[in-house]
Parts: sequence; C-alpha cells; structure tokens
Amino acid sequence: MPIAPLKTLVFVLALLPLAYYGWGAWHDTLGANPVEAVTRGMGTWTLNLLLITLAITPLRELTGWHAALRLRRMLGLFTFFYAALHLTSYLWFDQFFAWGEIARDILERPFITVGMAAFVLLVPLAATSSNFAIRRLGGRRWQALHRTVYAIGILAVLHYSWLVKADQSQPLLYGGILVVLLGLRAWWREVERREQLAGKYQPKIRNRIIPIQPRD
Amino acid sequence: MYPAPAEITPPELYARRREFLKTSIGLGLAGAVLPAPTFAAPAQLGNGAKKSPFSTDEAQTPLKHITGYSNFYEFGTDKEDPARHAHQLKTRPWTVRLEGLVRKPVTLDIETILKLAPIEERIYRLRCVEGWSMVIPWLGFPLDALLRQVEPLGNAKYVEFVTALQPENMPGVRSRVLQWPYVEGLRLDEARHPLTLLVLGLYGDLLPSGNGAPLRIAVPWKYGFKSAKSIATIRFVEQEPRSSWMKAAPREYGFYSNVNPDVPHPRWSQAKERRIGEFLKRDTLPFNGYGEQVASLYSGMDLRKHF
Repeated sequence: MPIAPLKTLVFVLALLPLAYYGWGAWHDTLGANPVEAVTRGMGTWTLNLLLITLAITPLRELTGWHAALRLRRMLGLFTFFYAALHLTSYLWFDQFFAWGEIARDILERPFITVGMAAFVLLVPLAATSSNFAIRRLGGRRWQALHRTVYAIGILAVLHYSWLVKADQSQPLLYGGILVVLLGLRAWWREVERREQLAGKYQPKIRNRIIPIQPRD
Repeated sequence: MYPAPAEITPPELYARRREFLKTSIGLGLAGAVLPAPTFAAPAQLGNGAKKSPFSTDEAQTPLKHITGYSNFYEFGTDKEDPARHAHQLKTRPWTVRLEGLVRKPVTLDIETILKLAPIEERIYRLRCVEGWSMVIPWLGFPLDALLRQVEPLGNAKYVEFVTALQPENMPGVRSRVLQWPYVEGLRLDEARHPLTLLVLGLYGDLLPSGNGAPLRIAVPWKYGFKSAKSIATIRFVEQEPRSSWMKAAPREYGFYSNVNPDVPHPRWSQAKERRIGEFLKRDTLPFNGYGEQVASLYSGMDLRKHF
C-alpha cells in the first residue's frame, strides 16, 4: 500500500475517538457522568496512541515493513493531541482553572504528579517533530531527546494505575504491553552489544540515526 | 410458597410490560386494550408511602442514572456493569439472618421484612467516595425496625452487614478486587440512628437489582460504599468489623468513612463533588449535609484519625 493514502487513513482513524466523544457529549449519550467519560476517554486514547506509536519500531523490526516508520510522527502528534485534550478537560471540567487547587493536586496526589510530568515531557517531543527541528538538533541529539518517550510511557501507565480505585486489570494490561514494547528494544540492544563485544558487529538500520525523509 | 422458576416473569418482559403500561395509561387506553393479567403484578411499594421530614427537596437524579451508574463490584467494576448483569441476581426466595451476639438469632423472609414497618419515602443525598453525588428517593423504613427483631447481648457494639454471595449469578466475584462476600459495618448507635434506612425500593417501586435488591441500607452521611447492598446476614459483634474496602486498602478506607471535605482520600480531594446531571462542581458538606442529625455521634473523636 502506498504511504500517502495510508497516512490519510490513519489520520481519519485517529480522529474517530474525538468524534465519538464530541458526538456523545452533544447528544448526551455518554451516560450519567459525561464529563468524567470525556476526561477518561481522552486519557485512554492518549495511552492507546502512545502504545501504538511505541509499537511502530518493533513492528518494523519484526516485519521488515520500513514504511511503517513514516506513520510514527503523526501517531506521536496525535498522542500529544489527546494528552492535551485530557489535560484540558482536567483543568477545566475538574478544577475550573482553580490554579491553587491544581498546584496542590500536582504536589500532593502522586497520580497527578506523574501524569503532569508525562505531559510536560511530551511537549518538547511535539515541539521538535518537524523536519526543521530534526535538522536543527542533529539526528543524534534529536534521537536522544525523543528517547524520553520511554519514560513517558512508564509515567503514563503509573498515572493510570494510581488513579483506579481497586481493579488493576486494565492498568496491568497497558503495563504488560508497555513492558513487551520496551523489553524488545532492551533485548535487541543487548544482542547488539554482545555482537559488538564479540567483534561480529554489523550495523543494521535500527542502529543508525533515522534518515531524514523529504516530504512526499 | 414461591413461584416456580418458569412462572417468574423474565426481567426484560417485565420491563417491557411496564413500558407498555406507562404508554398505554398515558394514551388513556389502558382499560380498553389490556388483556387480563396473567401474572401478579408487584404491588407498587410507593403507594401510600409516608413522606419524611428527613427528605431533601433538591432535584432528584433521574432513575436511568441511578440504575445506569452504580458501583456494585459483584457484577463488575464498571459502573454500567450492574445494569448489564444484575438481573441475574436471584432475589426470591430471600432471607436475612440476624445473628451473632443476640439472645436468639432469627431468619426473616423478605416478604415478612417488607411488612415489618410502614414504608416511608426518604429523599437522601448520596455521596460516593469517588467524588460524585446523587439525590435518590429511597423507599424503606428505619433499619432499627429490623434490628429490633432480635435482642442484642450487652457486649454487642457493632453490626456487620454481609452481602449475598451468588457466584453463579455474580460475574464480578471471579475477580479478586475485593474479598467476597462484601462486608460492611456500623457502630450499633449508627445503625440505630433514625437516618439509617433499610431500603426496599426507590422511585416508587421495588429496588432494582443493580442497586442492591431486594434490600440494602442507606447511610446518607457516609460515603456510598458504607451502604451495603443485597444484604443476607446482619451480625452483632463486639469488635469493630473490618470491611471489604478496609481489607483491600487500609490506608484509604477507614471504618467510619463519614463524608468529610476536610479529609482527602489519599489519592484525591474530597472537597468538591459533581452532582450527577450538573456541570459545575459543588462543595461537599461535612457529613454530607446531615451534620445536625449525626455530628453528636462523633463528639470528642478526631475525625482525621477515625476517617
């Protein structure tokens, strides 16, 4: 499948959750507590998209489908988009911009502390997603910066786990997927390290700086 | 004594019939088109229910939200789960055992309990520990009327409420989120307080399964989880009972769990609440606004310690 229509498809799909909650809020089909449903829905889709974004590299490794990489920036930006909506719904519908209360929440409630940390760490990643930023930073520095996404993934799952009242089955599911996605990377790095030490090192594509793609 | 299972109207049919009745009465056609009833319709529990001075005149939460947004973990941890699964709960036959530190334990049938005392309508605020609230027109009578069916021994200080456990009908108990059966407790004077209601219905009718049929309690000055649902056993005990939530997270849920805006849950604030159906949040009141009636129960106690 050529990449341009695939990108369009992913773009439309990634907007569907927003459409669902927007339509539901308008037509009052989100149940007894629509505000909570919207806040949670935006949070859930932030996590979903974050894990999908983190799945791109392993997917490419395992399938050899290199074009998948060309979807990653958009998926990452949608992660940020839903995270921003999630944060906005908290600031607005939960706290009505009572900044004193918000500050106390961030300081006193660990699940909000880590959620806010995850969002703050996402900002520079979203801000440096353009080709221009990659060129400015230089590939290696850009890549080092964007590795904070691993920490963001851990903070995001912690955020979810610490807010649920008793049933940890969903946070555990997200945590399990994250462990697999990060574990694969760690394992591959370890394999490379061993090959290097044994002098059998063959540079592979995943080990190089990501080449800058000119726009289609 | 009880109808054979085949004679019990399936809840879906029952619900549809109710819809039909409502519509046809609305159209003024009821007498003209209704066939002779083939089953005994349940008596409308709310008929002739006494009004109560304890009732609030705040806007009542619509029935669909009370049934559609409920925490009853035996049926799953989603608030939509009770509405989806609780029709499986077998509510007849049903007995309640009063036991423990009493002169003579008794087992009472639900039909007997329904007639123990005149039914009252009590419109209470309900504040969930999660930060939302409702206004619910319960039907029932003071729990004390049931407790008086036994004579407690002098060393009985607390009452323990045990929810029925029907593993084959309760899909949620397969997961170990809480220790089953669900256990809650009150101090004896709390249980005997006139505000503490034995609930048998809401909105004029019998209690929906997902809200704790056939009988539950409503303790309006405490967080909602203190009001045990679908009660099978009431046990008089000497020591403070350890509730299911205390066992699950002792740091987060205390025995008293009185609504208190000044004592945050360790993970979130309790200062405000969202009334279901409202957009803006409102301030949470001490004892959920029932302080005038109940604050004296706790005089001299440090409510930060006894949360």
